[in-house]
Amino acid sequence: MSDMSINASGLRRDETMERMRLLGLSSPALILVLVIMVIPVGWLFYVSFIGADGQFSLENYERMIKRKSYMRIFYTTFQISLLTTGLCILIGYPLAYFMSQLPQRIANLCLITVLLPFWTSLLVRTYAWLVLLQKRGLVNDWAMSLGLWDEPIKMVHNMTGTLIGMVHIMLPFLILPVYGAMRAIDRDYLKAAANLGASPRRAFWTVFFPLSTPGVFAGALMVFVLCLGFFVTPAVLGGGKVIMVSMKIVSNIELFVNWGAASALGVVLMLLTVAVLWIASRFLNLEKMAGGGH
Amino acid sequence: MLRWLQSPASDTQITHGQRMWLYVFACIAMILLVLPTLIVIPMSFSDSQYLEFPPETWSTRWYAHYFGSPEWMQATATSLKAALLTMLVATPIGVVAAYGLHASRIGFVRVAFVLLITPMMVPVVLIAIGAFYAYVKLNLLYTLTGLVLAHTVLALPLVLIVTGSALKGYDMNQEMAARSLGAPRWKAFLTVTLPQIRFAVVTSALLSFLTSFDEVVIAMFISGGDNPTLTRNMFNALRDQIDPTIASISTIMIVITSLMMIFAQIFGRGASDK
Repeated sequence: MSDMSINASGLRRDETMERMRLLGLSSPALILVLVIMVIPVGWLFYVSFIGADGQFSLENYERMIKRKSYMRIFYTTFQISLLTTGLCILIGYPLAYFMSQLPQRIANLCLITVLLPFWTSLLVRTYAWLVLLQKRGLVNDWAMSLGLWDEPIKMVHNMTGTLIGMVHIMLPFLILPVYGAMRAIDRDYLKAAANLGASPRRAFWTVFFPLSTPGVFAGALMVFVLCLGFFVTPAVLGGGKVIMVSMKIVSNIELFVNWGAASALGVVLMLLTVAVLWIASRFLNLEKMAGGGH
Repeated sequence: MLRWLQSPASDTQITHGQRMWLYVFACIAMILLVLPTLIVIPMSFSDSQYLEFPPETWSTRWYAHYFGSPEWMQATATSLKAALLTMLVATPIGVVAAYGLHASRIGFVRVAFVLLITPMMVPVVLIAIGAFYAYVKLNLLYTLTGLVLAHTVLALPLVLIVTGSALKGYDMNQEMAARSLGAPRWKAFLTVTLPQIRFAVVTSALLSFLTSFDEVVIAMFISGGDNPTLTRNMFNALRDQIDPTIASISTIMIVITSLMMIFAQIFGRGASDK
């Protein structure tokens, strides 16, 4: 009896040791993330509470509340993120639905049109829009020759250009999860609905749409969070007229060398992101989304 | 044709005609997704400063300008080196970490997993200025090593997620069988597990490469001096004016990514045929 219990505890100890060793395999990755990201970001958090005189102060945060320009930047950031997410749903949902209705082989071909931009460099796509939307660009040329408008319209270096570019860049992030969710829906439910006399519209809204919402939530969340911290596209297509939080952080460092102000903005941006993810996690299984994302 | 329009299109008995709008909308959306990127290719062969489409006179002068410029060539070399090294560092570290977290089932695993995927959630600007500050202290600013380490941190979450989900679909008992037949753990992993998750590993490697190759914001802060990356130079050029040389560089980048996509597809098919 005592032999057996010694044996069992020994085995358990061995197993724990083995699990610790396995966990140790992740240490190079963990150390790298700690040294390159966690510690420096933690230091920025600390710097955000240091005033211009080198003492502890909340002036970096007070500035954000008091100055109208800062409030406007946050407003712009939310506005762009919400608009981009909304437009992505409006365009992406029908497209994903269309592809989910096709036979697998043809759907895979259509998916290439989503994956090609997904894999193409962000900078290249932003540049493409810059070229297309400029005053002497292709969009103006074609629209004028078709008689849609007479004068070249300014579509870049402003909000319009920023939104067009951002929606184009974010669309695949919405379409892929929505498409995945739609493919997973059992078609028999729709057959049953039709059988029971539901009109096509009713079958769609009461059966198909509710089943596809987890994919929509996942995609919309991804798009919204990515938009909050976006830099490249608004910086190029906004032409300095559209200022988002991340752009203000960069100019605080590059132009004003004000680490306190930049850090405070960064901390708020990160907290906003975490808050959005936290609220979302109460409704969705984020870990499943991260683990299942292929 | 008319019969097709009136035939049911789905299980809900809606007809093709009734949802014609969906087909038209989807086609326009797909064209808009692909066209802006692809149209850069013919434009890059235009002779004009203003990148006409279709080009009135064709020329390869922007390519000549790109290949003839030592700055662009140096930046391209830096980007390729950084991307290749990021791939070579992030893939093994990430795969080993994913395996460790998958096999070890103690409570700390969740914390470690969340920590390793945070770089995906923290705004990249914040990572960039944090790394900038850290590199001043560590003397890594404007070095290739520093760039590779920072890009590796960005690539790790992708490696972890892709490889991790492949491991979830893999039956670990196969490895147990190999070990009970006397193979040490590392050998069981290399000869039994790794070949079966190889598609995920290849995908991880390609994603790591592209993460680094496309990255702009971090490179803006910590690459420079003698080692600016291609994207950093492109971004700076875009802020000033529309330089047609960038159209030629974009075309080359599109070709590179398309080749990688095809490569991934071929590998993917190989794995699923099995």
